[in-house]
Amino acid sequence: MSASTLLDIQALRQTFPRADGGELLVLDGIDLQLAQGQIVGLLGRTGSGKSTLLRSIAGLMPPSAGSITYLGQPVVAPAPGIAMVFQGFALFPWLTVLENVQLGLEALGLPDAEIRKRALAAIDLIGLDGYESAYPRELSGGMRQRVGFARALVVHPNILLMDEPFSALDVLTAETLRTDFLELWGDGKLPIKGVMLVTHNIEEAVLMCDRILLFASNPGRIIREIAVDIKRPRNRLDPQFHDLVEKIYVAMTARTPTPPVIGTTPGTVATTINTILPRVSANILSGLLETLAAPPYDGKADLPILADEQHLEVDDLFPIADALQMFHLAEIEGGDIKLTDLGRQFVDADTDGRKRLFQRQLLSYVPLSAHIRRVLQDRANHVAPRSRFFDELEDHMSTEDVEQTLRSVTAWARYAEAFAYDDDSQTFSLENPT
Amino acid sequence: MRLNVPISVGGWGRFFTRWDVLAVLLILGLLVFLAEASRHLLQPLADLQRRPVSLNPANLPEYAARTTLRMLIAMALSLLFTFTYATLAAKNKYAERLLVPLLDILQSVPILGFISITVVFFMELAPGRVLGAEFAAIFAIFTSQAWNMAFSFYQSLRTVPTELVEVSQNFRLSPWMSFWRVDVPFAMPQLIWNMMLSMSGSWFFVVASEAISVGNTTITLPGVGSYIALAITQRDLAAVGYAIFTMAIVILIYDQVLFRPLVAWADRFRFEQEPGVPPPRSWMLDVLRRSRFVDRLTLPFAKLWRRLLLARWGERAEPAKRVPRPRQRAWITVQWAAVVAVLAAVALWQVAHFVTADISPGDITNVLLLGLATFSRIVVLIAVASVIWVPIGVWVGTRPHVANLVQPIAQFLAAFPANVLFPVAVSAIVVLRLDPNIWLSPLMILGTQWYILFNVVAGAAAIPAELRAVGVNFRVRGWLWWRRIALPAVLPYYVTGAITASGGSWNASIVAEVASWGDEHLRAYGLGAYIAERTDAGDFHHIVLGIAVMSFFVVLINRIFWRPLYLYAERKFRLG
Repeated sequence: MSASTLLDIQALRQTFPRADGGELLVLDGIDLQLAQGQIVGLLGRTGSGKSTLLRSIAGLMPPSAGSITYLGQPVVAPAPGIAMVFQGFALFPWLTVLENVQLGLEALGLPDAEIRKRALAAIDLIGLDGYESAYPRELSGGMRQRVGFARALVVHPNILLMDEPFSALDVLTAETLRTDFLELWGDGKLPIKGVMLVTHNIEEAVLMCDRILLFASNPGRIIREIAVDIKRPRNRLDPQFHDLVEKIYVAMTARTPTPPVIGTTPGTVATTINTILPRVSANILSGLLETLAAPPYDGKADLPILADEQHLEVDDLFPIADALQMFHLAEIEGGDIKLTDLGRQFVDADTDGRKRLFQRQLLSYVPLSAHIRRVLQDRANHVAPRSRFFDELEDHMSTEDVEQTLRSVTAWARYAEAFAYDDDSQTFSLENPT
Repeated sequence: MRLNVPISVGGWGRFFTRWDVLAVLLILGLLVFLAEASRHLLQPLADLQRRPVSLNPANLPEYAARTTLRMLIAMALSLLFTFTYATLAAKNKYAERLLVPLLDILQSVPILGFISITVVFFMELAPGRVLGAEFAAIFAIFTSQAWNMAFSFYQSLRTVPTELVEVSQNFRLSPWMSFWRVDVPFAMPQLIWNMMLSMSGSWFFVVASEAISVGNTTITLPGVGSYIALAITQRDLAAVGYAIFTMAIVILIYDQVLFRPLVAWADRFRFEQEPGVPPPRSWMLDVLRRSRFVDRLTLPFAKLWRRLLLARWGERAEPAKRVPRPRQRAWITVQWAAVVAVLAAVALWQVAHFVTADISPGDITNVLLLGLATFSRIVVLIAVASVIWVPIGVWVGTRPHVANLVQPIAQFLAAFPANVLFPVAVSAIVVLRLDPNIWLSPLMILGTQWYILFNVVAGAAAIPAELRAVGVNFRVRGWLWWRRIALPAVLPYYVTGAITASGGSWNASIVAEVASWGDEHLRAYGLGAYIAERTDAGDFHHIVLGIAVMSFFVVLINRIFWRPLYLYAERKFRLG
């Protein structure tokens, strides 16, 4: 560990307690260092544990194993000198802009005069002059997030943690805020020494960071580290910029061996009963298949271009692409998505044909749906309560993931007419209402 | 604004946990303890009132002021209770398991039955006997105010947005500071709303708690309540009229000077602004805000408050949060279990001792039957009130200009203590020779039916314009419109209102099932009448039995009927 290292994380592991008393592994084997003067990006899909990592660094969650060291001290509780900017702004609606900014200083127990002086300076720096007495509800999203920045900067933290700070803003506002931030950072006007940025926006990561750590899910872990050696200020139209974005797309869609799930053979790639299913509707799947089949793509598209042209965020696009791949309706390779023969058949079929094809794929490649159907067939009345499957899945994933997985499989089964679900009685059955 | 549901509704399925059993046991134990203690203390306390209450209307302002003061003191105590009890329940996992069921059972205990027990207890505790009676009255009012406030505060604390909690941790606010900066402001709008409800509800008990006789002791505290009681014994209809008028004025002043400004002020604490709803306004608040004088006057207090707020109390030592080790945690659990076990044992001993002393199985059967009689009355009354007020509420709620007129009136009527109207009703029953078993019943719901009305109005007003437009567009009319659009949309609101109304009616049965006008006494067959009569007789064992059975009925109905219905309505019919 060199003298310029602000933060040092070694073999960090985070687990959440599970309903059955076991533990759910959220982060595993995280090693990373943050050096002075660096912006480090944590890039990954939803559920890859990057927000958990940020909260661990903020001292909101003590590590389950491994260590987080900030300036030589272990972080087990919120440390002075680490401040955070939140995705949803997290402003207090009952405090004015000035009062919101002063909050952190009041907690430090500084004298009133100094609190005021420093708060006004931060407000000035971040471009909020004139808004001091406004309440958050009177401000636009961009202005609210500026308050979020001012509140974090005013305590003069060494490390600024940013949890998707621009993702709740519209495209133009987000870009303005990013540029303003980078300008202040570049000019050395910010009273901070290092930044960690959580994002799922690849271009944002390339635009802002010196290093990018790519995360994979289940459990959350770092799969790759990418140094960004593009000169600042960076230009999105620069070929170097574009190449790097492409490279990250390829890395993020590369098939990584699915980590061993309890009860399955390690190293298998196939989906199992216990796989967390993405929340993607059959409509969206057909929509993307049709888009892919039509010109200009004619069955094959470059993912960054597709995302850009269809106005899809990575977080939207990847789950759809994953689902298509799971159903063997499309393939992803080298940052491209390609329609399979079955995918083309699906596009050409009529509604009933599509449903038949989808049912076949569902029962073949989503083991949970086959499992539910088998249980229903085995029962004399062909009815089974939802809780039966809920309990079964809960042994292997978090409650929210069980909810999502059951919702997804129910929605797909309804489209495919594979089995029915009645929400009033919370039961699955083989009979569709006639 | 929507009421929060006044009962604990956590989770499907488990309708009675062992923690509930423990809560019941503890409360029963406490009741028995108080009753036993009081029984030994009860001695003739003949000449309590040095200055007898008189029916001269000129005294009414003073009486009203005294009554109001009692309510304000009780309100301050309720706030104190709320901030401590509910905070402990929300922040401490161990405490939560016991405190929440305890609160849930406590709010089903009929306060009016309680008064007699506490009166004697407090009078003997206090040095001067008048002071003791004052304590007892204030305590009775407190018990009518505190539970729902604590419940609302607890529910708010549980729902503080995670990001706000994380901000306060990230910026290392001390527990003291984050309580006042985060928790209290977040809970404020709902808390103020519940304070208003509590205040309304407590009028009812003020009237009952100022003039009470236990055995051969009659305690009369100067106040509007005792004025009314005297008017009833003297059959002075004009005096009853003056009292009603005074009440109306006091409630109006309360509303305009205290609660309107509070509601308008607390609007800034609303976390989510409902679109299209204009912010509440108050002329009083405007006056206070614009006045330089008030500004100057409050400045020192504001400064002091800021000092207090920033005080670094309860600061965590560095390094701050220490995760207890497994062994340490196990030790805490053991200690906790030991405390609970001791409490339970003491309560159990008290109750067992009590039951074996003076209660026969026949008594219990008898009281259960009386409970069934009151229960069937309440079922019929809630049904009748629903049939009347739901359609009216929907009609009003879907017409914003009418709703703006009706809503404050309904709130005023809910605040109005229905028991001051009893004399009028009783004289009518006497004159017309009606059957008290039937005609006394409506008195039980006189004050509580308004909860159904103003919840349904709120629910109907919240139906999105688009859904109503669909109804118009597809010509959905008549019964179909009610069945498919109106009734489902207001169901979650209706249930909340009906739960409040049903709980309140049980309580009211204690004053509504027996009524008198001069020397004319009316009595209906029911549990309320039983408790009232046992109170008159100073028979503490049977009062406790009556209270226990009534609580049992209320809790049982809440758990097997209202809670599932509430959860069902929330899941299926909640819009947005």
